[in-house]
Amino acid sequence: MTAPLLRATRLTKSFPGVRALRGVGLTLNRGEVVAVIGENGAGKSTLMKILAGVQTPDSGEVQLEGHPVVLDSVLVALRHGIALIHQELNLADNLDVAANIFLGREPLRNGLIDRDRIEREAAVHLKAVGLDVSPRTPVHELSIGQQQLVEIAKALSVQARVLIMDEPTSSLSSGEAAKLFTVIHDLRSRGVSMLYISHRLGEVNALADRVVVLRDGENAGDLERADITHGAMVKLMVGRDLSQFYAHEPHPPGRPVLEVRGLRSRVHPKHAVDFTLRAGEIVGMAGLVGAGRTELLEALFGVTPAVGGSIRVDGQEIQPQSPQEAIAAGLALVPEDRKHQGVILEMAIRDNLSLASLRQDQRRGFLNRVRELALSGEMMSRLRIKAPHDQQVVQFLSGGNQQKVVLGKWLALRPKVLLLDEPTRGIDIGAKQEIYRLMEELSRTGVAILFVSSELEEILGLSDRTLVMHEGRLTGELRRDQLSEEAVMHLATNSSPSPSPLSTPALPA
Amino acid sequence: MRKILGITALLIVVCVITSLASSSFLSAYNLENLIRRTALFGIISIGVAFVIVTGGIDLSIGSVVCLVGCGLPWLLTTHHWSVPTALAAVILVSVGIGLGHGLLITRLRLPPFVVTLCGLLLYRGIARGFTQDQTVGFGSEFKALRSLATGQIPLPFLSGFALPAPWIFLIAVAVLAAIFLNRTIYGRYLLALGRNEDAARYSGINTRRMIVLAYVISSTLAGLGGILFVLDVNSAQPVDFGNFYELYAIAAAVLGGCSLRGGEGTIVGVIVGAALMQVLRNMITLVTTHNNIEFAIIGAVILLGVIADELVKRYAARRRAARALAAEGAG
Repeated sequence: MTAPLLRATRLTKSFPGVRALRGVGLTLNRGEVVAVIGENGAGKSTLMKILAGVQTPDSGEVQLEGHPVVLDSVLVALRHGIALIHQELNLADNLDVAANIFLGREPLRNGLIDRDRIEREAAVHLKAVGLDVSPRTPVHELSIGQQQLVEIAKALSVQARVLIMDEPTSSLSSGEAAKLFTVIHDLRSRGVSMLYISHRLGEVNALADRVVVLRDGENAGDLERADITHGAMVKLMVGRDLSQFYAHEPHPPGRPVLEVRGLRSRVHPKHAVDFTLRAGEIVGMAGLVGAGRTELLEALFGVTPAVGGSIRVDGQEIQPQSPQEAIAAGLALVPEDRKHQGVILEMAIRDNLSLASLRQDQRRGFLNRVRELALSGEMMSRLRIKAPHDQQVVQFLSGGNQQKVVLGKWLALRPKVLLLDEPTRGIDIGAKQEIYRLMEELSRTGVAILFVSSELEEILGLSDRTLVMHEGRLTGELRRDQLSEEAVMHLATNSSPSPSPLSTPALPA
Repeated sequence: MRKILGITALLIVVCVITSLASSSFLSAYNLENLIRRTALFGIISIGVAFVIVTGGIDLSIGSVVCLVGCGLPWLLTTHHWSVPTALAAVILVSVGIGLGHGLLITRLRLPPFVVTLCGLLLYRGIARGFTQDQTVGFGSEFKALRSLATGQIPLPFLSGFALPAPWIFLIAVAVLAAIFLNRTIYGRYLLALGRNEDAARYSGINTRRMIVLAYVISSTLAGLGGILFVLDVNSAQPVDFGNFYELYAIAAAVLGGCSLRGGEGTIVGVIVGAALMQVLRNMITLVTTHNNIEFAIIGAVILLGVIADELVKRYAARRRAARALAAEGAG
């Protein structure tokens, strides 16, 4: 039997505060599409970065066609034919398509860049990925989907044998995604192997020859083509049945707490949004990336003040022009970008926890250190923040513990409305569950909760009601008994109910 | 704490070396002068420390010192304003300058470097304009006023040594600044926004107002420094009065533990930093025969200090990370 094209064994990798991988293995054969799935924080991205030479493992081995290789830089990985298509595109958008494809290895003629050759060869690679644009098109004129194809063309131009795609469809429209799938099929038939990371199980189901499931930095199991089902994947990812993971009990909704009428965010000024949040309710907000959910939360919270409409909290009209004003009205926001907007990484846990309530607890402008100490003790135990002491710098906590610090900061103020933007992104399973538990607990005490999530399972598992957004508009509202993945995706893509892009991806036969 | 100890040790080493190399270092005259200069530079260094804590920079300090230092004798001797009015006027101008910097930086989102660099050119230019580049001074008048800077306060239990009067100002400023930075919620806000302005704003902090306040503090203390400097030396030449003082102040703050990335700094550290700067300058004057290499030596010492600090910091961060990992693994 011949050795597989790529084999990784017992890879481990640690970062300050996290063990990202603990002995992960993976094999990839020639012309095979292997999907790597797992919850956020399961170690997928770290594994991919190691294979692409972005990071080096602490221990473990990578073999190519049976020969051990040391992938200690992207250049080395590329030389071995392994190319990573990043989640965030890495194109220089001021240059044209051809220049991007050959960036860093421009063929020269007489010491100058050989433009003719670049354009000629770029055209060939563009054709291979089915992208019908001139090699001279500036990259910033291309859509995200087209840019992705340029990245793939770039990988092909170095004769990549292994393409690693990290969430390639996360910012694509369904049409662009379908096109990408065609390209993937085509490349596979030409013998290119692909590692495909995605959260979208429907896509994985449709594309993958094999699925490798990671959980908490370990292999949770593999699924062969015949065994790939949605349920089987979820079970391996979560480690138990979904029904146990989300212990949701419906909450009888109370009085209206947050009433939003005709709200227009600065990014989508043409679309007015109306909805009401009741006390003790958990409302999920679904939609694709770029649907305007974060912008809506930021308008509510005064980060980017709304350009029109009315917001009432407990009947009182507010027009928050800054987070300060929104907070005074009883709102709190757990922002999407935890490290830049949520916590102050270099400050101690205690200082982070008290930051929002310093004003309320002040004594004529002076710090109330007794109160700070008590608050931090209370939150450390209530939220089970794992740290040796509260003077620990937040930077060295795991993502889950950092998120708990953000939550604790707001709980100190007893908000009426808690807004959460992707609250469990990039945190491990245990911390996720604790955050769900906390949301349940808060809603029982009458806090109205609105949470944005791109993980459908989370929306399905937690919310009493779901609002769905598409391109700045609220396209629908689903009660718990109407809630299904299909129904959400239909509203999120604003398409007709069938075929839903998830259950039957548009693929060539 | 570690930083303050380090810089204090360096200060002592430099003092010992200088006193061994030059017999006049420990003379009463030299020491008194050194200590007086330390107080004056300490005041302006504390001012810039507030701006540095926000992650900003104030390059206009030397020019504010010049504007105020020339403006005060000019108002008093040329225009015969009363002492309280003239003092109020120059302080008001200093406050206004800081307010202007702060508003340009927070409202128009201009980079602090550019705003205060323009200030550096502008205020000295203005001073040279209204004085017509002529030296202004108090002559033999205003003895009482000048004693604010030149006076000496005899200390109990210490005969033969008196505290230079500017130390009264330095101590008052330092105590207020330390209380403000460490004990009030506003000081915490400054430290927080210096680390991460977005997260501070998302936590409900009025970050703009705090940043404006920092620039006002910086310019106001530069103004106070300008008053004391000109009272101390009696006259000011607009072309070079206060020249490079912003760099001495920034260097003192950085030596004293303020990170130019923001969010870090202690008042005591800044004062020790200011003292170190003055001792270094003094050493160069006393020990070497040519003053012209002063900047080279100061530059080299600061660079070495910052490199040492960075290396120690990296080492500490690695150790902390390892400990945190161990704790989490066990927990």
